[in-house]
Amino acid sequence: MSDVPLIPEIKKPFYRLGEKEGLMSWVATVDHKLLGLMYMATAFLFFAVGGIEAMLMRIQLGSARNTFLSPEMYNQIFTMHGTTMVFLVVIPLMLGSGIYLVPLMIGARDMAFPRLNALGFWLLLFGGLLLYYSFVAGGAPNGGWFAYAPYSERAFNTTYGIDYWALGLFVQGIGTTLAGINFVVTILTMRAPGMKLTQVPMFVWTTFINGFLIIGALPPLNAALVMLLVDRRLDGNFFVPQSGGSSILWQHYFWAFGHPEVYIMVLPAFGMISEILPVFSRKPLFGFNAIAISTIAIAFLSYAVYAHHMFSVGLGPGFEAFFAAATALIAVPTGIKIFNWIFTVWGGKLQFTTAMLYCISFIFMFTIGGISGVTFAVVPTDWQTTDTYYVVAHMHYVLFGGTFFAVLGGIFYWFPKATGRMLPEGLGKIQFWLTFIGFNMTFFIQHFLGLMGMPRRVYTYPELTNWSLFNLISTIGAAILGLSILMLIIMMWRAIKHGERAGDDPWDGFTLEWATTSPPPIQNFDIIPPIRSRRPLWDWKHPEDPDWKRDHDGKQLSTKRSDEI
Amino acid sequence: MSVTAHSETKVHHEPGAPMRKAELGILAFLTTEAIFFGLLILSYIYFLVTDNRAPNASVLEPSFVRTLIFSLCLFASSGTVVFAERALKRDNRRGLVIWLIVTVLLGATFLGGQIWEYSDLFAESIIPSRNTFATSFFTMTGFHGLHVFGGLVMLSILAFLAMRGDFRGPHSSAVTCVSWYWHFVDMVWVGIFTLVYILPVLNIL
Repeated sequence: MSDVPLIPEIKKPFYRLGEKEGLMSWVATVDHKLLGLMYMATAFLFFAVGGIEAMLMRIQLGSARNTFLSPEMYNQIFTMHGTTMVFLVVIPLMLGSGIYLVPLMIGARDMAFPRLNALGFWLLLFGGLLLYYSFVAGGAPNGGWFAYAPYSERAFNTTYGIDYWALGLFVQGIGTTLAGINFVVTILTMRAPGMKLTQVPMFVWTTFINGFLIIGALPPLNAALVMLLVDRRLDGNFFVPQSGGSSILWQHYFWAFGHPEVYIMVLPAFGMISEILPVFSRKPLFGFNAIAISTIAIAFLSYAVYAHHMFSVGLGPGFEAFFAAATALIAVPTGIKIFNWIFTVWGGKLQFTTAMLYCISFIFMFTIGGISGVTFAVVPTDWQTTDTYYVVAHMHYVLFGGTFFAVLGGIFYWFPKATGRMLPEGLGKIQFWLTFIGFNMTFFIQHFLGLMGMPRRVYTYPELTNWSLFNLISTIGAAILGLSILMLIIMMWRAIKHGERAGDDPWDGFTLEWATTSPPPIQNFDIIPPIRSRRPLWDWKHPEDPDWKRDHDGKQLSTKRSDEI
Repeated sequence: MSVTAHSETKVHHEPGAPMRKAELGILAFLTTEAIFFGLLILSYIYFLVTDNRAPNASVLEPSFVRTLIFSLCLFASSGTVVFAERALKRDNRRGLVIWLIVTVLLGATFLGGQIWEYSDLFAESIIPSRNTFATSFFTMTGFHGLHVFGGLVMLSILAFLAMRGDFRGPHSSAVTCVSWYWHFVDMVWVGIFTLVYILPVLNIL
């Protein structure tokens, strides 16, 4: 029984899902699979742009007193790099993978609001284009990705850059909010019959919690952005200190969004890890409930830690003590997750596929980023390291070594489902090691540069002991990293056309998305296996040992349960 | 295990959802709106505390009765939209159309009152750039006005569709969602009206 595929393989290429073909089938689509892939493609497009910006910065910083970029251009480039990577790469990657996978994982036909889904995507794309239009409209924004007032005010920033920044992010922010609402409603109302909310795959659960985070965190950004626009275009006084306004207010509103945002960018990555590690360890996820509950804890705490971005403002000892304690506290639920992943892998029959390599290195990289993050909870340490390259190293370990490694693992894992083709494993491993070496070479050394006192956002630096050497190492690492990403894009491009056929279930997966064809048909499923545990496909393939015949500790139940047929 | 041993479940295209999707979606949307307005109102309160230099809310006191009357129009419109829903429940489409139109007229009256108030303030050269009070007042009430306008557009569309014969009772998610949105816009004004107009008149702020 377990060898018989549920549905015969359909050999249609994935881009012919709709009834119409050609460009219109993409533009007019409301199908979650096409939209999910469009999110991913948009994210990769902007990733290429943001990556080029990163390379330009690394070239400029490759040696002391370099004149490759002018100071004005450097400010625009680092602002656009940060804004692009946060809002137009990582968020679309998280939303896109959720939009593609959640309906498949919960056995649904589509998202709850398909047209809203399409609207969200187009708002995202056009928000991004609005942001980039600033380059031809007289200069890109130059205030850093958090655009601190009053520097972002018109008195100090006379081009239209910041206006396009605020408008673009506002449009993009509405799109993100709509996607968050869609996730929450989809997961609450569209689950296949029999699937309890406590039985959804971990990726679905983290996306669900992420929906709530988005609903709570994006409005502060949108409010701050319209206030900034009022200031800039109607001569308002919100963030202008000399006329009674408060530039600290901007920081509060921005970080009330900005810190939950950090978790918006990482929770679905946690979910991906929790899907991939068990499959390649041939074990169920260890401590499912602990991971699920710690995700909720992180979501709540993320609103209570935002002011650790503002310790250098001088908010007063009581304020700082509260946020320092909360920041240290958030390491606890994160640590719970790390231990659960380790125990998931522990004692398993490990299969070191490329996806698995990325997921294992995620645990290491994210732990490094997490530990350097905890150092910011110590206020005096924070005062020393804030706005140095130590922060740059920290956040890249969390966002690149963390989130993006998980996404890369997810791409190797779910690419066969989305396209029906395998990514080549041999080249994949070379690509993984290039990424791994390039990433660590670029960013690990920046910890030391930061501790040596190199501030972030400087366009150049004088000849100081080892500064040129360390920066050069970082630049060479960035070049390797750039090569590895180029290699990935070429691999994906070739695999779509010439890759080995994947079949429906190449990894012997546990969850429902592997129960349909690769790529899934327009209606997603013709039949859905009965859902009686968190691993319905495992149960289906292993009728002799289904999960629902085991108790909480994994021991096999000897007596037949009443709900057995 | 054979295929028939387990009862195979066909995919539900429209599951008999335990919760209605549209209502749940609008609740989530209104949550984001509540946070958005909460922060705009918070900025007004912040400047009230830190920088309450004239011109401040006292410039609004002479026209308090006028604003009160226009506000009562908005509050009343929350009631008329409930009557519209009740008419729909009885499948009385004529009643639905009439009450929706009454709601639109009351909302439009409120909006007219806001435009009147703005033009009076502009005449005294109280414009967003004047000081922090003016900036936060116009941003907060301006975004509320935009939301009233959006609500009027949605209510008009409902009325138009109802006239063409849409919406069979007893329930329509579209009508419910617009009505909830309208109540929300109303509640925001309860907050703003209390904070900006009533409390200063009572000398509490």
